[in-house]
Amino acid sequence: MNLSQLPQQLLNGIFSGSIYALFALGYTLVFGVLDILNLAHAAIFMLGATFAWWLVVAQGWPLWLAFVVAVLVSGLLGVLLDRVAFLRLRLRGAPQLSALISSIGMALIFVGLARLLFNAERKQFPYASFPAVFFDIGSLRIRLLDVVILAVSLAMMFGLTYLVRRTSLGRAMRAVAENPRAAALLGVNIDRVIMQTFFIASALGGAAGILYGMSLNSIEPGMGNQVELKGLSIIILGGMGSIPGAMIAGFLIGMVEVLSVVFGGSQLKDALVFVALFLVLLLRPQGIFGARQGRAA
Amino acid sequence: MFSRRIRTGSLALSLLLLFSLLLTACGGETPQPAATPGATTGQEAAPTTGGGDQTPTAGTDTGATATTPADTEATTTAPAGESGGGGTLTVGFAFVTSGDNAVYGNSQRAAAELAIEEINAKGEGPQIKAIFEDTAAKPDQAITVFQKFINNDQVHAIIGPTLSNEARSSDPVAQTAGVPVLAVSNTAGGITDMGDYIFRDSLAEFQVIPETVKQAKEKLNISKVSLLYASDDAFSKSGADVFRTELQKNNIQILSEQTFATADTDYRTQLTQIKGENPDAIVVSALANPAQTILQQARRDVGIDPKVHIIGGNGFNSPAVLKAAGDTAEGLVVGAAWNLNATDELSQQFIKDFNAKNGKDPDQFAAQAYAGVYILHDAATRAEIDGKPLAEARTAIRDALKSTDAVPTVLGPFSFTDKRDANHPPVVQIVKNGAFDILK
Repeated sequence: MNLSQLPQQLLNGIFSGSIYALFALGYTLVFGVLDILNLAHAAIFMLGATFAWWLVVAQGWPLWLAFVVAVLVSGLLGVLLDRVAFLRLRLRGAPQLSALISSIGMALIFVGLARLLFNAERKQFPYASFPAVFFDIGSLRIRLLDVVILAVSLAMMFGLTYLVRRTSLGRAMRAVAENPRAAALLGVNIDRVIMQTFFIASALGGAAGILYGMSLNSIEPGMGNQVELKGLSIIILGGMGSIPGAMIAGFLIGMVEVLSVVFGGSQLKDALVFVALFLVLLLRPQGIFGARQGRAA
Repeated sequence: MFSRRIRTGSLALSLLLLFSLLLTACGGETPQPAATPGATTGQEAAPTTGGGDQTPTAGTDTGATATTPADTEATTTAPAGESGGGGTLTVGFAFVTSGDNAVYGNSQRAAAELAIEEINAKGEGPQIKAIFEDTAAKPDQAITVFQKFINNDQVHAIIGPTLSNEARSSDPVAQTAGVPVLAVSNTAGGITDMGDYIFRDSLAEFQVIPETVKQAKEKLNISKVSLLYASDDAFSKSGADVFRTELQKNNIQILSEQTFATADTDYRTQLTQIKGENPDAIVVSALANPAQTILQQARRDVGIDPKVHIIGGNGFNSPAVLKAAGDTAEGLVVGAAWNLNATDELSQQFIKDFNAKNGKDPDQFAAQAYAGVYILHDAATRAEIDGKPLAEARTAIRDALKSTDAVPTVLGPFSFTDKRDANHPPVVQIVKNGAFDILK
């Protein structure tokens, strides 16, 4: 055990946790509104990153513009996803399991498409497409990129919280989440609300993908797998459908990961994430911020 | 936020289903090849028809091609009509040409194609008919590919598979069927122990690493190191085992061992730990993609002093890794079977031809695949396979491979050891100005 790098490791945990949290927000938003797990979210995470990479490398766009456009495209992919994978099932009142399977199918299609269009090799943003600035404070090394990523993640999280709590779209989302039929009777256009939910969730997923790809400088069709399980752990840990829960749990999982390495268990890095998950579920089955189970709407 | 009634039953069911799906999909989900090895067609065709007796006429050639499923990636390089009078040598090439490790397989395939072209153009010995299949870095797919080669394509021998991990699963299939396998890139221990039909022209990690560690200690004054490796991959793990033994033999202290999973892309936590231990060098056993990312993250993100050398296993040994890692690869120390600075005539010619055909320099994997085709062709020529029934021809090739004696190749005059491993000394390289140089 070597604790000399502990401060650095805690920082690393915060930085990677912020990306996990951003990724998990999309999951939790869709789950909160629709009660379904959208397993194509990790594929959109990957497509967002791949598309931004393509804009920068093949089209020579500046990074910030590529980021914005790729985030919007990810949002549109989410709308497409809803139209293709979920809309018909929803209209037919199909069970949630069908929607889950349908989203797995879409995930496979998305990953296959990415392989076909961009090939399967690991891609990288050109070095210094984001300024390679480091702040060395004592033994601490902080990348400007990480600081920006943290800021962007936090801004998006708080933006989303504001949107859900304070805007009319947010109110409509919550109404649909509570009771779709009642919401419809009260004049909420359910279909549109769901479409907007998918747009926002997928845009967040795409943004997380781009940031993740930039931070680790590695983009490939399978990159979604690396965050998918973590994202699921986060939303369960945070309480299904809870936005602050997902944020806290995201940072928590980032921490568990680095601490497991600090205390000599890099072998157990992934396993310990799930141990943490089990422990929390034993003590609080509904997750950190989850509503009590069985509480009627 | 969203207070809601969770339908516990269906959620639990969903999660269960999902986790099982994700776990099976973990290795990256390359689509399986549509071709299932129709064991039936293969076996029915085998005893009597053209498959059993490979007569080198245009008619049989077409027949054989027709039995290959239309959707497989088969390239018949043999000219349809003529052959040098030595019959046709049908070889299955099992390389990883998709996914993370495609960097190896594409290089191997390009080199093998070059060798086949040259041999078929020269017209001495049997003409080579090549069938390429992608093993996608998956052991189960490697088995499928081997079964297809053996039963459908009726190959005389197999070259591949690219990864040791795959070889452990697929080679026993060939051993049982009595089909010679020539590994051209497997470097893990125990590959040729799987049977007397298994050969390799690639130096094993246990042949390369001792020299690497010895020279690193002597020439770079290294006395304490940290060890970093992928714990879920046969190649990386067996490399780490050999490193550990050799480091201990050379009285080099191991400060700590850090591991990661092959699919990981974030190594900063482990590297930060290592930075805190202040080693003279970091010993890394990893495949190419983790290798290049580790170099970048070590030097840029974690800021490990460039004076701390990174000593790598075979995974680092590729120009593709150097190119991707850029200036972060400076000072990397890695042992190899072949180096681009090789001055012998065959290597020089190979580098020139490979460059002309592919527009880039060959790496060690290309050199070993290229040499492999020549070694196999030499054995097949001596085995006089023309007119022999398939099973007999396969055994004859195996026997001829065993008695391979100083065949001129880019790896040097090539022979096998008694245990069917490659028998030639390694070179230790260091990266200088973005290229592999010999460590001095």
